[in-house]
Amino acid sequence: MSIKIPCPHCGERPIHEFAYGEVPEVPDEITDIDERDLDRAFMFKNTEGVQLEAWYHIYGCRRWVYVYRDTVRDVIVPKPV
Amino acid sequence: MNEYMERQVQLKWYEPKKTYDVIIIGGGGHGLSTAYHLATRHNITNVAVLERKYIGGGNSGRNTTVIRANYGIPEAVRFYQRSVDLYKRLEEETGRWLMHLEKGILWIAHSEAAVRQERARAEVNRAFGAKTDFVTPEEIKKIVPQIDLSGGGVWPIMGASYHHDGATARHDRVNWALAEGANKRGVHIHQRTEVLDLIKEGDRVIGVQTNHGPMYADIVMSAVGGHVSRVAKMAGLRLPIRTHTLQAYVTNHYQQKLHPIVASTSLLFYVSQTARGEMLLGAQIDPQPSYNYRAGHDLIKGCSHRAMTMLPFLRDLRILRQWTGVCDMSPDYSPIMGKTPIPGFLITTGWGTWGFKAIPVGGEQMAALIATSETPELIAPFALDRFARDRTMADRGSAGTH
Ligand SMILES: Cc1cc2nc3c(=O)[nH]c(=O)nc-3n(C[C@H](O)[C@H](O)[C@H](O)COP(=O)(O)OP(=O)(O)OC[C@H]3O[C@@H](n4cnc5c(N)ncnc54)[C@H](O)[C@@H]3O)c2cc1C
Ligand SMILES: [Zn+2]
Repeated sequence: MSIKIPCPHCGERPIHEFAYGEVPEVPDEITDIDERDLDRAFMFKNTEGVQLEAWYHIYGCRRWVYVYRDTVRDVIVPKPV
Repeated sequence: MNEYMERQVQLKWYEPKKTYDVIIIGGGGHGLSTAYHLATRHNITNVAVLERKYIGGGNSGRNTTVIRANYGIPEAVRFYQRSVDLYKRLEEETGRWLMHLEKGILWIAHSEAAVRQERARAEVNRAFGAKTDFVTPEEIKKIVPQIDLSGGGVWPIMGASYHHDGATARHDRVNWALAEGANKRGVHIHQRTEVLDLIKEGDRVIGVQTNHGPMYADIVMSAVGGHVSRVAKMAGLRLPIRTHTLQAYVTNHYQQKLHPIVASTSLLFYVSQTARGEMLLGAQIDPQPSYNYRAGHDLIKGCSHRAMTMLPFLRDLRILRQWTGVCDMSPDYSPIMGKTPIPGFLITTGWGTWGFKAIPVGGEQMAALIATSETPELIAPFALDRFARDRTMADRGSAGTH
C-alpha cells in the first residue's frame, strides 16, 4: 500500500505523484570550507527515524511540499516537537 | 535459517569475553567472511562477530544471489573477478555444498546506445580478466529458447553481453559455511548482541558498548549493511551512504528449465531460476531512502510487466513470496572499504544491491588489511577518502540491483 503525502494545494495524494527531494544539511560543526563542500556533495545524514524532506508534486500542482517522514515505519508524521 | 544448514552446521556458542583482537559488528556475509579469512589466512582467531539479530538475517539472507564480474570499470572487474574465482573454490574449501551453479548471465540491450554499452562492457571485461562476449539476437535465442526477441513488440532485443561466469549460490549456506569455518577455528559469534555505542579513547575506537555490556578490541570493523550510518555516527563519521529498500520475489514452479540468468538494465529487471524451479525476480530500489522492511505491490507490478514482454511464459506463473532488504547505497554505486579517519575503526559498506557476489573477496581483503595494517592494492581504489580526492568509482550502469 502506498503512502499519501499531504499537499497544501491538492490535498492528500499518493506518493507516486511526487518526486523525492532531499533537504541537505551540512552540520554547523564543519567549518572548513572544503570540508563543507565535500559534505554537501557526498555526505548524508541518512536518518533512521523522522526527517524533514521535500517532495515535488510533479503530477499535480508542480510545487514543493515539505513533510516529516519516519523512514523506519515509512509514514508521514507531524512535525516533531 | 535453512533446515539443511541447521542440521549440518553445529556452531559453538561462547560467553562474551571482555577483550578481543578484532571485533566485527554485523553477522552478514561481509562480517562473517572477514572473520573466516582472518582465521583461515592469518591465524587471527581472537575475534568476535556481533550480530544484533541472527546471522545472515540482513541482506545476505535476502538477496537474489547473483554472482558475476561483468562490471564497467577496470578496478571493479578485477575486484569482482577475484570473488567469482573464490566462489568457484568455496565449496571445496569449506566442505559444504553451497549450491554454487554456473549459469552464465545475459545483459540484454534494447537500443543502439545499449548495444554500444554492452559491446564496451565485453571489451573491458576481457581486458581485465572476466569472460564476456557480445552476442547477437540469434545467439541469444539459442541460449534462451523461451525469449521473445521482439520484446512483446515493445522492447525489441538488439543484442546482449553474455558473461560466461554468471552464477548463483544458496545465500544462507554461504553465510553459515563461513560462520562455521571461522567458528571452528575459535572465532566467537554472538547473536542477539547489538552494538549500541562505540567506546573511544581520545580519537581512537577501543571497543563497543552492547546490550551484553562493553567489549574491547584493537580493531573494530563495521559490517552492518543498511544500518551503517547509525554505527558511523557513533564514531563521529558522516558517510556517502543512503539507505534504500530493494524487493525481490519468487513465483511457483516453472516446468521447463531457464538456464542462464537474464537481465535487462533498461527494463530494470533480472530473472533466474532457483533449484526448486521457481522463477526469482528482482526489481529496482525504491526512489526515496527508507528502512522499512514491508514489501509492496507497486514496483513488482511494473517489473513483472516488463519481464513478461521478454519471457512470455512468466505470464502463467503466480507470485508466491516477496521480501525486502535495506541497502547501503553509495553515490557512485561502488563499495566503500577500508580505513576511516578514526583510528581503530574500519568499515565495509556501500554494498547496496550488489554485495553478495563480493562476500568472499570483501572478507579476504578486509582480513588482509586487518592482519597487515596495509590497504591491499585490490581495494585501495574503493577507500572512503576517494570522495575527498575526487576519485569516485562511478559504475552505476553495472550495478543493476543484482
Ligand atoms: C532483494 C535484494 C537482492 C539482492 N540481490 C543481489 C544479487 O543478486 N547479487 C549481489 O551480489 N548482491 C545482491 N544484493 C545485495 C547483497 O544482499 C548485499 O550487498 C550483501 O548481502 C551485504 O552484506 P553485508 O554483510 O554487508 O550486510 P548484511 O547482510 O545486511 O549484514 C549486516 C548485519 O549487521 C547487523 N547489524 C546491523 N546493525 C547492527 C548493530 N548495531 N549491532 C550488531 N549488528 C548489527 C544486521 O542485523 C545484519 O545481520 C541484494 C540485496 C537485496 C536486498
Ligand atoms: Zn500539489
